Amino acid sequence: MLKLSLASQLIHFGAALLLLTAFAMLTQRRVLSLVNLFAWQGLILSVSTAVVAYSSVQHHLYVSAALSLLLKVILLPLILRRLLKRLNVRWDNETLLSVPTTMLVGIVLVVFAFSLAQPIAELSTSIARSTLGIALAVVMLSFLMMITRRKAVSQVIGFLAMENGLFFAATSATYGMPMVVELGVALDVLVGTLILGVFFFQIREQFDSLDLQHLEQLKED
Amino acid sequence: MNALNFALAISETVMAIALAPLLLGLVDQCRAWLQNRRGAGLLQPYRTLRKLLKKDAVVAQTASPLFRASPYVQFGAMALATAIIPIFGTHSLLATSADTIALVGLFAIARVFTALAAMDIGTAFGTLGARREMMIGFLSEPALLMVFFTASLITQSTLLPNIVITMTSHELVIYPSLAFAAFAFVMVLLAENARIPIDNPSTHLELTMIHEAMVLEYSARHLALIEWATALKLLNFAAIGLALFLPWGLSAPGDGGLAIAASLLIALAKLALFCAVLALIETMSAKLRIFRAPEFLGTAFLLAVLGLLVHQLLGS
Repeated sequence: MLKLSLASQLIHFGAALLLLTAFAMLTQRRVLSLVNLFAWQGLILSVSTAVVAYSSVQHHLYVSAALSLLLKVILLPLILRRLLKRLNVRWDNETLLSVPTTMLVGIVLVVFAFSLAQPIAELSTSIARSTLGIALAVVMLSFLMMITRRKAVSQVIGFLAMENGLFFAATSATYGMPMVVELGVALDVLVGTLILGVFFFQIREQFDSLDLQHLEQLKED
Repeated sequence: MNALNFALAISETVMAIALAPLLLGLVDQCRAWLQNRRGAGLLQPYRTLRKLLKKDAVVAQTASPLFRASPYVQFGAMALATAIIPIFGTHSLLATSADTIALVGLFAIARVFTALAAMDIGTAFGTLGARREMMIGFLSEPALLMVFFTASLITQSTLLPNIVITMTSHELVIYPSLAFAAFAFVMVLLAENARIPIDNPSTHLELTMIHEAMVLEYSARHLALIEWATALKLLNFAAIGLALFLPWGLSAPGDGGLAIAASLLIALAKLALFCAVLALIETMSAKLRIFRAPEFLGTAFLLAVLGLLVHQLLGS
C-alpha cells in the first residue's frame, strides 16, 4: 500500500465527508437541516481548500478558502435561514422519487462519477487529484437533488451545493481557478441567491405555495 | 505460559459476560441524567435479573419445546460471540476460530430463534414482533457485512484480532472509507439492539414495539436469560465497533501483567464513553415510524457501500 502524507490523508478525509454531506442532503426532508448541512459542507470545503493551499504552497488558495468560509458558512446560510423564517417553510415532503430510490440512483451516479474521473485524474499532477471523482459525484448528487425536489428553496440549496462540488473539483484537479474567475463565481452565487430569494416571494404571492409544479401550467384556465 | 494465556482469556470472557448488564445500567442511567431524572442506578439490571431468577416460570400450554429452548440458544449464541470478539485484548478465547462473517451468522441464529419462539405461542403480538424483527434483520445484516468488508479490504483479513493488530501496528492513517463504515455501523447498532430510532427498549405495551413484543410471553428464568442476552448483544456490538474504529489500547498476546491491567482500564473507559454517546444519540433522536425503518437501514447499507467505493477510489 502506498504511503500517503498527512496532508493528502486530510484532503481525502475531507473529500469523503463532502460526499457524506451530499448524500445527507439528498435524504434530508427538513429544509432547515438542509441549510445546516449546506453550511457544514461549506466548512469542510473551506478547510480542505486550506489544507491543499498549505501543502502545495499556493497562496491564492488561502484567499479562496477564506472566501468560501465567509460566503458559504456564514453569509449564505444566514440569508437562507432568514428567507425560510419569512417564508415559513419547514418541510419538503413530496419528493418526486421516494427517498430510498433516490439513494439508489445516487449510488449509481457515484459509481458513474468515479469511473468517469479515473482517466482524467491520471492526467493531473495535483496532490488532491484522486478526489476528482468525489467532486464529480458531489456535483451529480446535487444535480439529482435539484431534479427530485419540488420546493423552490431545496432546489436553490441543491444549486449551491453543486457550486460547492465544482469548486472542489477545480481545487483538486488544477489547484483552483484564477482569482478573477473565483471572485466572479462567488459574487454570482451571492447575487443569484438574493435574486432567487425575491423570486420565492413572487412565486408564493402568485400561487400561495413554493411548489414549483405550479409553474408548469403557464396558461390560466 | 500457554495455560496462563488460556486462563486469562477465560477470565476475560467470564468478566465480560458478568459486566454486560452493567453496560445496560450505565446507558439507562446516562439517559436518565440527560432527561433530568434521577434514574434507577447502575445496578438496576442486576436487581431485575435477581428478581426474575427467583420467580417461578410460567409457560403457555400451547408452547413447544422450542419455546423453552430458545432463551438458552440466544444466551449461548451471544456468550459465544463475546468469546470471539476482542473486548479487552486480541487474545480472546475463541478469537481465531471464527471470523466476522461467522459472527454475523451467530447473531442471525439468535435472531431466528427469538422470532421462532415468538411465533410458537401463537399470540398476535408475538407474530407481529417476529415479523418486524425479521424485516429489520434482513435489512441490517447486509449493512453489517458491508461494514466488515470495508474494514477487511483495508486490513486484508476478516478475523477481528488481525484487523485490530493491522490497524494498530502501523502509524496513524486516516481512512476516509472507515468514516462511512462507522456511520453505517452506528445505524446498524441502533437497529440491531432495539434502540430508539427503530425501537424503544423501555416500553412494554405499545403497538410500535418490536423486541418487547417477541418476549411478552416469557417469564422468570427464561426472561432473565433473554434480558442478559440482550445486554450481551449490546456489549458485543460495542466491542466490535470499538475494535474496528478505536482499536488502540487492546493488549496483545504475551503482554505482561501491567499491560493487561492498562488494557482493561482503557477498554472499560471506552465502553463507558460508548454508553454516554449511545444515551446522547437516543435522547436526541425521536422514534421513527416502522415504515421509515427500511429507509434508515437502507441509508446504512448505502453508506457502507459508499465506504467500499471510496476505498476503491482513494485506497491505493
